Amino acid sequence: MTERILTARMDAHPSDSNTIARYEDTGGYQALRKALTSMAPQEVIDEVKSSNMRGRGGAGFPTGVKWGFLADASPRYLVVNCDESEPGTFNDRQLTERDPHQLLEGIIVSSYALGVDHAFVYIRGEYPKAARRLMAAVKEAESAGYLGDDILGSGFSLTVTLHLGGGAYICGEETALLNSLEGRRGEPRLKPPFPAIEGLYAKPTIVNNVESISNIPWITMNGGAAYAAIGPERSAGTKMMSISGHVKRPGNHEIVMGMTWRDFIYDLGGGIRDDKELKCWIPGGASSPWFVPSVHLDTPLTIDDVAANGSMIGAGAVVVMDETTNVVAAAHSIVRFFAHESCGQCTPCREGTSWLQDILERILSGKGRPQDLDLMLDVSDNISPGLTWPPAMTTICPLGPSATAPVASIMRWFRPEVEAMIGEKAAHV
Amino acid sequence: MSDTPQTVSITINGVSHDVAAGQRLITAAESVGEYIPRFCHHDKLEPVGKCRMCLVEVEGPRGKALVPSCTLPVTDGMVVDSESAVVKKAQEGVLEFLLINHPLDCPICDKGGECPLQDQTMSWGPGESRFIEEKRTFPKPINVSDIVLLDRERCVLCDRCVRVADDIAGDSLLTFIDRGNHVQIQTFPDDPFVSYFSGNTVQLCPVGALTSVDYRFKARPWDLEHTPSVSLVDTVHSTADVQTSRGKIIRVYGIENDAVNEGWLSDKDRFTFSAVHSEDRVTVPLVRGDDGFEPTSWSAALDMVADKLGSFRGDEVGAIGGANNTNEEAFVLGKFMRSVVGSAHVDAQIGDGVDAHFAAALTPRATISDLDEAASILVWGPDIKETHPVLYLRVRKAVRNGATLVVASPAGTGLDGIASHVIRYRAGSGADVLRKFSAGEAGHADARSVLDSGPVVGLVGRSSLAEDPRLAESVAAFARSLPDARLLTLLGRANVYGALDMGLAPTLLPGRVSATDEAGVRRLEDAWGPMPEHAGRSTLDMFAAVTSGDMKALILVGSDPVRDCPDPALAAAALDASDFVLAIDTFVTDSSAKADIILPAAAWGEVDGTVTNLEGRVQRMRPSIQPIGQSRPLNVVLDDISVRMGVDLMAAKVEDISTQIASVAPAYEGITFDHLTFVAGVEGAVVPLAGATQPLGFIPVEVSVPVVTDRMTLHLAKALYDDGVWNRNAATIADLPRPATARIHPRDAAILAVADGSEVVIEGSFTLAVAIDPDVAEGSIVVPFNQVATKGLAATASVRVDAKREDR
Repeated sequence: MTERILTARMDAHPSDSNTIARYEDTGGYQALRKALTSMAPQEVIDEVKSSNMRGRGGAGFPTGVKWGFLADASPRYLVVNCDESEPGTFNDRQLTERDPHQLLEGIIVSSYALGVDHAFVYIRGEYPKAARRLMAAVKEAESAGYLGDDILGSGFSLTVTLHLGGGAYICGEETALLNSLEGRRGEPRLKPPFPAIEGLYAKPTIVNNVESISNIPWITMNGGAAYAAIGPERSAGTKMMSISGHVKRPGNHEIVMGMTWRDFIYDLGGGIRDDKELKCWIPGGASSPWFVPSVHLDTPLTIDDVAANGSMIGAGAVVVMDETTNVVAAAHSIVRFFAHESCGQCTPCREGTSWLQDILERILSGKGRPQDLDLMLDVSDNISPGLTWPPAMTTICPLGPSATAPVASIMRWFRPEVEAMIGEKAAHV
Repeated sequence: MSDTPQTVSITINGVSHDVAAGQRLITAAESVGEYIPRFCHHDKLEPVGKCRMCLVEVEGPRGKALVPSCTLPVTDGMVVDSESAVVKKAQEGVLEFLLINHPLDCPICDKGGECPLQDQTMSWGPGESRFIEEKRTFPKPINVSDIVLLDRERCVLCDRCVRVADDIAGDSLLTFIDRGNHVQIQTFPDDPFVSYFSGNTVQLCPVGALTSVDYRFKARPWDLEHTPSVSLVDTVHSTADVQTSRGKIIRVYGIENDAVNEGWLSDKDRFTFSAVHSEDRVTVPLVRGDDGFEPTSWSAALDMVADKLGSFRGDEVGAIGGANNTNEEAFVLGKFMRSVVGSAHVDAQIGDGVDAHFAAALTPRATISDLDEAASILVWGPDIKETHPVLYLRVRKAVRNGATLVVASPAGTGLDGIASHVIRYRAGSGADVLRKFSAGEAGHADARSVLDSGPVVGLVGRSSLAEDPRLAESVAAFARSLPDARLLTLLGRANVYGALDMGLAPTLLPGRVSATDEAGVRRLEDAWGPMPEHAGRSTLDMFAAVTSGDMKALILVGSDPVRDCPDPALAAAALDASDFVLAIDTFVTDSSAKADIILPAAAWGEVDGTVTNLEGRVQRMRPSIQPIGQSRPLNVVLDDISVRMGVDLMAAKVEDISTQIASVAPAYEGITFDHLTFVAGVEGAVVPLAGATQPLGFIPVEVSVPVVTDRMTLHLAKALYDDGVWNRNAATIADLPRPATARIHPRDAAILAVADGSEVVIEGSFTLAVAIDPDVAEGSIVVPFNQVATKGLAATASVRVDAKREDR
């Protein structure tokens, strides 16, 4: 519980944790020095592999393994995904705004390890402060010789390019992000080929999340084994969790996984506002199936335990709903988000998500029909056959199936409540 | 490629099949009779996997998964289920999704009856809709171009039109805008979908979203009769389905003949047909009277013609044209001239082409599909995007697949953007540049070395009417020396290759036989009787001979030399000076207007026969409607005239002519109608067939071509749309010729002290707006051929260009 890898500096020095002076003063850029002077690139990769860190962007794929897929061609690119846009997620924002040098050092070390001489950071357009601070950090690092040509006299050179997104959630999907970086429409690509083989500008590309990369300096300094020793075996290291909704203390928490959801919501989150009853929560961002207290309160908060219960930690965005919540309205809010953010290239997502939105809207406006409940489930099933976890897809990318999660959740846990709204004029919360 | 296995074994629905390796599952499945429904997939386009209709279950390491079969390459051992409950539900689901916002306006939709959405809804779709919400609507329809309309609410966003425009045509003018449920196809602001290939998007649209202005609300698909035929607007002869209703041609669609056009048509191929039904067609015989042309009866007209032609010595009569006719008609014209009239003065080219032996018998001759295998390609001639648009698509495809392209031209061409090297030479100086280029001299070494990798396909022709036709022979001689080289010449006019093969040239006899080949002459005399003693004259020589009084009568066969030949004034003077001019034509043109008698000729779409394209491929051109009015096929007209002149040509029936051709035209030995009937897999036949002989083989050699050094040299370039009589009379494309400009290099503009948009005067009488264009060679002026503003401009190598002075 006491382990702090990512947030110790910003907590200790809230006024200037973003500056290079403070960063250097607190051990910053030592990992870079260590990597460049005493480690071969492969040794860095080996440490990341042995850290067992699973990607923090949502899918939970081990970062070191992903790095191992990078094709041996030149040039190759590192792209850092800071297009954090899912409702309830805000930890990449904090990491970027308050410790941009930690992220930048992670980028430089990772680029060294991966043989990359040009890295890109794709920042959500609605994060101007994060972009400004990272830009300032890049300038500072360049002046200090940590970035640019012949870094620390090692012969290794790196350019970092920041790119601000235009406000599309889908651009957080890694291949849509690459298209957007290239100036194309932000539409997910067909896979294969995966980015590690054919990514940005059709060159081998690693796309990593901000949190994953921010861990790289610590892993480099302290070794993969030390990281792997923190927390449960398959949920090693610390995890940034954003908690929001009907809790007393919303915010970001860097945790060691393994605690129960009860501890997380009631201790770290401070419990439910006005001491109301907990009704349900979204464990890992708007795209994840919901958890309910009757079943999941004592489930351990690990990647695998959450997955075994049919959901995911994802990027660590927990949204808590109390007893006053109209779950249909909550589901509608999420479905509307996905329908709005669908890129529209494949049929089931384009048509299905907005159809679900229409049905939910009708139910909310008191015009629901009894058959709408099964219709919603069947429409969802035509986007994500079987409504299983992890989701099967008739779509190109997981955005469409994401919109089925809230529908399946309310039908699974709150069907009587939904039924009760049929035919009555319900208040729209 | 030879290392990979030719077939792989896949299992579909429990049945094992050996299928060709390297293809996508959807195609492989179809090849063994398992049709998987689809909207976005098209064999000729890169897969996008967008519509999701073709989802099937494929066994993978983590069990069965739904995969779009259009994107999945087949691999050995692949196990596929295309009929499982999961697959069926997914397909039904996709169809339901596609239909929820579809207007279902089938009763008024042009696509109804041939609509993949309609058909697949019948086969795979749910019986009824569960969608009770308000449908998405858009204002109907929008013009994405002058030709193409878009009904956005019918669109299923399959991306076919965007891919055709981007990938196939290279015209990136269509795009998706907006997102989610609001995605729509759009053009870029102020940038309409102006493309020579726009009609292909209409043909490929799997719903009624894209329609063409000329077909919209005109017919129902089930009322259309289909005639497999070919387009005759250029020498590619794209295979096409001519669709008719109640005796009118309504629509022309491309047929996927992979040897020729792979299904694509240029908009000129597709939309010229309406000229057939033009009100300006000549429909009755016309005789010049005191007040212009007067209608008369066929018998009266034929009597007059026979009488007139009989009054001249054979060598006083010449025939010009025949390139817009079938091989059979052309053959009869040659036979009529040589054996009935007694004249060797026949020429299907009107001074706009190249040496007839070069065009008809160039060796080694390439096929269009040789481009697919080419490592490098040399295009030295006209801008084939303008003159042979479907061949342009094939070159684009070759480059897409890795071929390197070198283009040589006095001005920018459509291919420049994808060429690895562009050789820009001042019009008139081609011979000099060719010498330097072929020697790999400074500045050309890189481009020259590209062509060291074979197989090489060389496309050679006359870059403009003002260029010395012999330059192309020198280029061909060079190209022939390249590794594993094959060549195509780039004559542009309709069936000119067929006409030359039928002997419509002063130097050729039917079947690629030289007119001086004694054995060939004797063989023909055995069939036709004595040949004329005199040597034949070319078109320009005939005009000179008429003006000097050596010749007295001209027969114009579907040709308009006053507009089309390099010396319009000479053509006009000759027609005026001629004692007798007979025109057998479809329209009153600037040339046929000078005739004494015009006989109405049946046109493309009305005549039966064969035609031969630039690679020597013979295809059947079938009639789809009756000749309009009293118009008649050329062979019938000539048969009637010859009977009146005392000879029976036995040429009234096309089948009889075909038999005659096969017997007296050596290169056409064995060609019969039977094996030219288009069915899938039969793609016409390149002559000579195996076993037949081609007496003449033309090996190009470098020819001495003078280099023109005058101040300004002319590049009189053909554009796809021009003021030709068929273009003018085809309503859909009549307004598409671009305004004529004089394009010059910025430095020449500076010398002339003219700006973009100001005017220059060419040869003292042709005033054109200036377009400053850095892609034009310095010292050259680019003027479009046969446009209203350039009508009558002689195609001389050097021209006088003056800035227009307002104060004069």
